[in-house]
Amino acid sequence: MALDGQKTAYKYIGTTPNRPDGLDKVTGRARYGADISVPGMLHGAVVRSPHAHAKIVKIDATKALAMEGVKAVITRADFPEGLEGEDWDIQENCMAGEKALYDGHAVAAVAATSPLVARDAAKAIEVTYEILPHVTDVDEAMKEGAPVIREGAADFSVPEGLHPNVVRYFDSGRGDLDKGFAEADLIIERSFTTEAAHQGYIEPHACLGQMGADNRGELWVCTQGHWFMRRMSTAVLGIETTNIRVTPSEIGGGFGGKTTVFIEPLSLALSRKAGGKPVKMVMSRNEVLRATGPTASASMDVKMGMTKDGRITAAHGTFRMQGGAFAGAPVDVTTMLAFANYDIEHVHHIGYDVITNRPRQAAYRAPGAPMAAFATESVIDELCRELGLDPIDTRLKNAAKEGTRATFGPKYGPIGFMETLEAAKAHPNYSEPLGPNQGRGVASGYWMNWGGETSASVAISEDGSVTVSVGTPDIGGSRASMALMAAEAFGIPYENVRVNISDTGALGVNEPTHGSRATYASGLATIRAAEECIGKMCKRAADKWGIDPEAVVWEDGCAKPSGPNAGEFPPMTIAEIAGEMGGTGGPISGHYEDSPAGFSGSFGTHVVDVEVDPETGRTTILRYLVVQDAGKAIHPAYVEGQFQGGAAQGIGWALNEEYIYGEDGRLQNPVFLDYRVPVASDLPMIDTVIVEVPNPGHPYGVRGVGETGITPPLPAVANAVRDATGKRICKLPLRPSRVLAAIQGKEV
Amino acid sequence: MNYHSPSSFEEASAIAAQAGGTTRFLAGGTDVLVQLRADIVTPDDLIDIKHIPGVKEIARTDGGGWRIGVAVAGAEMTECAELCADWPGVVEGMDLIGSTQVQGRATLVGNLCNGSPAADAVPGMIAAGCTVTVTGPEGTREVAVEDIPTGPGKTALAKGELITAVTIPARGENGGDAYLRFIPRTEMDIAVVGCAVNLRLDGDTITEARVSLGAVAPTALLVEEAAQAIIGTTLDDAALDALAAAASAACNPIDDKRGTIEFRTHVAGVLARRAAKIAYARAKGENA
Repeated sequence: MALDGQKTAYKYIGTTPNRPDGLDKVTGRARYGADISVPGMLHGAVVRSPHAHAKIVKIDATKALAMEGVKAVITRADFPEGLEGEDWDIQENCMAGEKALYDGHAVAAVAATSPLVARDAAKAIEVTYEILPHVTDVDEAMKEGAPVIREGAADFSVPEGLHPNVVRYFDSGRGDLDKGFAEADLIIERSFTTEAAHQGYIEPHACLGQMGADNRGELWVCTQGHWFMRRMSTAVLGIETTNIRVTPSEIGGGFGGKTTVFIEPLSLALSRKAGGKPVKMVMSRNEVLRATGPTASASMDVKMGMTKDGRITAAHGTFRMQGGAFAGAPVDVTTMLAFANYDIEHVHHIGYDVITNRPRQAAYRAPGAPMAAFATESVIDELCRELGLDPIDTRLKNAAKEGTRATFGPKYGPIGFMETLEAAKAHPNYSEPLGPNQGRGVASGYWMNWGGETSASVAISEDGSVTVSVGTPDIGGSRASMALMAAEAFGIPYENVRVNISDTGALGVNEPTHGSRATYASGLATIRAAEECIGKMCKRAADKWGIDPEAVVWEDGCAKPSGPNAGEFPPMTIAEIAGEMGGTGGPISGHYEDSPAGFSGSFGTHVVDVEVDPETGRTTILRYLVVQDAGKAIHPAYVEGQFQGGAAQGIGWALNEEYIYGEDGRLQNPVFLDYRVPVASDLPMIDTVIVEVPNPGHPYGVRGVGETGITPPLPAVANAVRDATGKRICKLPLRPSRVLAAIQGKEV
Repeated sequence: MNYHSPSSFEEASAIAAQAGGTTRFLAGGTDVLVQLRADIVTPDDLIDIKHIPGVKEIARTDGGGWRIGVAVAGAEMTECAELCADWPGVVEGMDLIGSTQVQGRATLVGNLCNGSPAADAVPGMIAAGCTVTVTGPEGTREVAVEDIPTGPGKTALAKGELITAVTIPARGENGGDAYLRFIPRTEMDIAVVGCAVNLRLDGDTITEARVSLGAVAPTALLVEEAAQAIIGTTLDDAALDALAAAASAACNPIDDKRGTIEFRTHVAGVLARRAAKIAYARAKGENA
């Protein structure tokens, strides 16, 4: 569909050139968090609680401080008091105060002249604990008599009479549920659970912090958002935000988990205490899994009604989520998105945010959405089975489209959900014959996407090449996308654009690369900043030709007279204008900043075929199809990569990934051997179809694509296992022992 | 930490016998170095045996069997076509360990001496009837592989003793072996259950068999009852049922994050059936 004022014919957009950072990354030249070293730096190590819940009676660092090479030890006493709200939560999570709240909670940190000395010194710090009763399960934590993690943690939203561990409460909906369920020919209600899953980024958290007695300094760090990093680190330390300049490294994955702080304020505090020497800190995988954010675990009840011909008449969902020892489980998003794919008149959601003795959850790709989709899309699958309906046709019948009032309130603009369903139905995978013990699952999902604070600059170099400076770290190929959009705007080759990720000293505030916003928001800002440059270059040409700037147009990288009436002048290339700019008015650059609100959500539909070994319960993914609306795919190969990556992570969450806690409240599997993300050989090539329903809120029609892809896999895989085995399993992960027990007719 | 690089097993044994604290022998290092880096075991004496002459050799014995040096990497075994033809089950057990990179370092003896009940290379060696040569202060002895592990992380090796080679018997006529493990993924994982079967045929009838299970007890097991269940049969359904039942009955596993008692016990039977079928087909000269 064509939109007024939106480009539809492109020269560079939609091509798939090599990523500009590719050579650095395949040759080892790219510098990640742990690659930053400076002369005289110290190495930090963290002392972590081995207990799930314990009062910290005493911390004695005498022996550690006496060791040769130990330069500083910090505890909570080295941080300011009096923080409130989320700032207090972040500070408490970075360094425990009165209590250790989970296995792995930092209680002290040390800086020394080598990593080994720091490690040994950390072991020499003696912490006396008084062990308290703990709770790690969301349902247990809400029960009467459950250990109270922290009195007074609940906010105004929580009704009276709930356990103090319930810290936020959400209740939303519309219509008349009784009426809606009365219209149904079939009502199905099921209870579901999902386990906490970690983002599983390959690069552990790493930073190098330097701060003097004047509270000024620098931080080099692996992060998704260096302004967030700066704000949170300085808040934890109680110093002015601008005192610290933050430079992001390359980033080996984040998926939302690197939008907050863990070791970074510690490195700055250690540096200050060690006389301003820089302190490098690198987490081990054990620390990453025990102490950084997995996503929340969930316990959910979903009830839906459907007519014989497949119309959803009503939906009700209750969602209980724990996100560790602090408020913040994304149950608000879960309630928003639980039924957002469908046009449902009567709908009601209730959400409970519950605290437990687990690490503070962090954002993970479409936070809150995959759990909701697991519950909702499983119930829809059951309804379709019972009523003998095709799962795609039924979804088409209920699909949200332009003008539908979303279950969370607003009316949808142009969206591509129907198109994803139609493309999935038409794809050969949907009609591939299935063999014994094989099954097919269909599920859909949605992510609303985000704009966020954005500031970007574009500068013309002396030879007419272009530098784009954005503030969103390149986590999934965004530099290639920015370069393509700049090339398109200027009409110059992709190779003539260089994209920098600027530090916090060079641009206005930028939100992180999160919310599937970077290609949308930084892309929009890049295009607008390029347009400002083009306006200036047209003016330079007009001045030279002695005509009105309005009589100059920009085409194919050149300023040209707009027509015969403007005069006869040979076009001036960007290189010619740039070569003279010192004498025609000085440097040429453009800038743009906004919190753009024209973002638009992305819908996706997945179709998966599995084979389940009836003797072992092991599930093999045979075929996997992702169909998703990208609005406009700037670099289609990286769009496909996002689709495939989301599917791979969702498959892992569905099949084998889980946080396993022992009776003692300790995490049993803080290692990749036992925290089982899929390995490459576990997955087939994931097929993709890019649907393009342009987003009118972006000059080229872009929608964010990063997050939607992890939403359908949980229910799609569960629905396929149901199809293969005849057993509906409402608990994730679908580990072999659980599936085998279900096949054997046991309660699971 | 003291690093030693002896040039003979006798010297290595003497260093270990005199060492005071924690001692580790270093060959491939895929357990020892990982445990060192992960701060699990920091040895006081690290005795590198890679530089002893002959440790990297795969050689035929006089009797037609094989002698595998203690520093022979998994990848070298996989690339030895004759060894693979003789003992595919022994080789595939070794080959399942770790990644391609790990295969360039990891060794049979290291896998054995690490003492993990889930060690992938061990059931295949037990089923094949392998022995190891042990050198120590009291001299040299030959020990059956199944007698080396005594519990998780523990072996029957006395202070100052070390294994100097693995001997795999001659394959002989009409024999076949196989190793299967169950993992939730497809690779890079640790066995939830492992099972090796080695057998010999006379015509269609099994005349000799050895069955070994891994990850279902404190050590890898040699399951005599499981072997008896198929000896004298043509591996018909009744024999397979009896084999599976005997394998399951031999299990004494733990409930842990990797699998439940119930699951491990059931899957041990499933794998025993499947491994026996492969070994049987191999004994018949089929590609399996």
